[in-house]
Amino acid sequence: MARKILLEHIDVPGINTYDVYRSKGGYASVEKALKTMNPQDVVEEVKKSGLRGRGGAGFPTGMKWSFLAKPEGVPSYLVCNADESEPGTFKDRYLMEYLPHLLIEGMITSSYALGANTSYIYIRGEYFYLVRILEKAISEAYANGWLGKNILGTNYSLDLYVHPGAGAYICGEETALLESLEGKRGNPRIKPPFPAIAGLYGCPTVVNNVETIAAVVPIINMTGDEYAKIGIGRSAGTKLISASGHIKKPGVYEIEMGITVEDFIYSDEYCGGILNDKKLKAVVAGGSSVPILPADLILTTANGEKRLMSYESLADGGFATGTMLGSGGFIVMDESTSIVQNLHTFARFYHHESCGQCSPCREGTGWMEKIIHKILDGHGTLEDIDLLWDIQRKIEGNTICPLGDAAAWPVASAIRHFRHEFEEFVKNPSAQREVKYYFHCNNIDTAAAYSSI
Amino acid sequence: MAKVTIDGIQIDVPDGTTILNAARMIGPDVAPPTMCYYSKLKTSGGYCRTCLVEVTAGSEKDPRPMPKLVASCRTTVMDGMVVANNTSAKVKDARAGVVEFLLLNHPLDCPVCDQAGECHLQDLSYDHGNYKTRTDFERRTFEKIDIGEKIQLHMTRCILCYRCVKTAEQITDGRVHGVINRGDHAEISTYIEQAIDNDFSGNVIDVCPVGALTDKTFRFKSRVWFTKPVDAHRNCENEKCSGKVVLWYQGEEVLRVTGRKDQWGEVEEFICNTCRFDKKQTSDWTIEGPRKINRHSVISANHYMNMVKPKEFKLNEIKQITE
Repeated sequence: MARKILLEHIDVPGINTYDVYRSKGGYASVEKALKTMNPQDVVEEVKKSGLRGRGGAGFPTGMKWSFLAKPEGVPSYLVCNADESEPGTFKDRYLMEYLPHLLIEGMITSSYALGANTSYIYIRGEYFYLVRILEKAISEAYANGWLGKNILGTNYSLDLYVHPGAGAYICGEETALLESLEGKRGNPRIKPPFPAIAGLYGCPTVVNNVETIAAVVPIINMTGDEYAKIGIGRSAGTKLISASGHIKKPGVYEIEMGITVEDFIYSDEYCGGILNDKKLKAVVAGGSSVPILPADLILTTANGEKRLMSYESLADGGFATGTMLGSGGFIVMDESTSIVQNLHTFARFYHHESCGQCSPCREGTGWMEKIIHKILDGHGTLEDIDLLWDIQRKIEGNTICPLGDAAAWPVASAIRHFRHEFEEFVKNPSAQREVKYYFHCNNIDTAAAYSSI
Repeated sequence: MAKVTIDGIQIDVPDGTTILNAARMIGPDVAPPTMCYYSKLKTSGGYCRTCLVEVTAGSEKDPRPMPKLVASCRTTVMDGMVVANNTSAKVKDARAGVVEFLLLNHPLDCPVCDQAGECHLQDLSYDHGNYKTRTDFERRTFEKIDIGEKIQLHMTRCILCYRCVKTAEQITDGRVHGVINRGDHAEISTYIEQAIDNDFSGNVIDVCPVGALTDKTFRFKSRVWFTKPVDAHRNCENEKCSGKVVLWYQGEEVLRVTGRKDQWGEVEEFICNTCRFDKKQTSDWTIEGPRKINRHSVISANHYMNMVKPKEFKLNEIKQITE
């Protein structure tokens, strides 16, 4: 059985309530941090652990914390990014729904480390039911003295608030999130200054993903050095993977980084293989924005080594033959999937979610969607494929925030690895259309689906 | 002071200067084009991406190049920075891309647009754009909206530079308009089409780089290159208004009044609505003299100043030249 750290007690009945959570050793990290460590020690501990941001970029958390400016007389803030909007990612929802106290415990410990006396959990609008779960857990924490004034009799005080967004993908970008939290239109800010210097209300702010903050709890409990031993190389610790698509057992899995991708897809402990024992065609390894990889490249790197579930191994070969771990949204596609159709879904999403601030993303995302739609409808030409490549090249890297890149990468990788499918759509649209509609109704066992309702 | 090299030309600029302003100090040949940056408006810039430049060396201390192209209007110089603007193929390519994106949903109705002749997008696409379009999709369109009696908003032409939003925030009293919706459906609007009603609202017409916000008192009266601009001033009762304007004459008639624009197309001093819309008699103004217009501008084509008649060649002279 693989090692579970975050989800250790997930199967305990009632773990979402304070009493059960406390009886399983909950809030021990707060006791340890507030009573025996000073804030700098906590930051050092996180630095030693090698924890990297779990939201997608994989930036070392300890380093991010140490960049926080600490001017005199200005408050600093910790904001938890629970705006989990990357398509294919649903790990944070799972964590907040079943282990709300783990997040709150992590928030208290992290806020203490950063010297923040007010902290926010910014949660996406679609997760409105989670707001009630978190608020109930927060009120339990207040009632038991873990939040409020003078926690555990020390002179550290903390107030924690949950703030729901209105359901925009862009508000998962940290500066857009801060704008939205301030009550403004959720447009990304132009960096620099970075949030560590001027973030929420112009004050130094750290924005961290739910899973990152939850991972601080075991790091403090087991010490950073112990945590660093889990995982492989610079990818320390465990990672929650949201597995979806054509697999036998979709769901959220906690993996120790360093297991092979092949193991993850085919072993019974995790995904359990491809649905209906079909052939694997492609995998999007880290949420919709990372490059899609065909079966041979996701299982082995270009050098012929086995690819591992870690930041480094998945990125091996750059974007030419590699991808990214991203947020851990692992989407598996079997041989019946149409890559062009799938790309159209992604392109439509980015077109809909572009904030409209900078011109390449605002206009380019819509243009790409229209061209892919044209190809899907059988009116495309071979020049359209080259045009699509040229558009994504002109969006990537030229925008204010990473949404432009996120919209460009799936297009680039689909053309890079599956150009022949685009060409087939252009040359033989009617035959491809059958594939297209086949994809829609394939894999849905209608009778079973209705009986389960 | 920081030493910065732009396109091989070195200049010393004060710390905190942006790359764009350093390039403007060198001169118009080096300065990147801008569509959204406006030196008189705080926090403007960074949206249109036409001023992207390549930083080939970050600074004296850390001479590594920056990985991405940067928006020169929002990036401050470092001592020893080396910037490539017109000399970089990467920049030219990206800029042509940006022009293409800006024109993607622009109606190109220049023949009936009042901004034609003083439109920044026209200049930009002439200087940096491609020869032909690569799109045949339907363009986005909007209904025209009257915001107040004197200003018309035609969103179809808008390139979402946010200049008018910043003007409304910073120059006028009380913010009444902004951006609604997102992505390529985003539009500049007043909430429920309310009129903008304050003394400085007319400045949104001057800051608009395209023909999205136009002066209703001037609409369809004349092409701008048929009018003759004259500098004038008056003692305006409004304390915030400078009273320094340009009067655009056709014959004896003042067709419109605008603020004075510098060589970067930015208003030098903002003027109030009384000066702009209500004072259209020569007797209201003290005339200073003809306005100098850049000779490359189409406005100067029909101008009485700086006009040099091209030499008329005789037939045998042309033969000599061609031989």
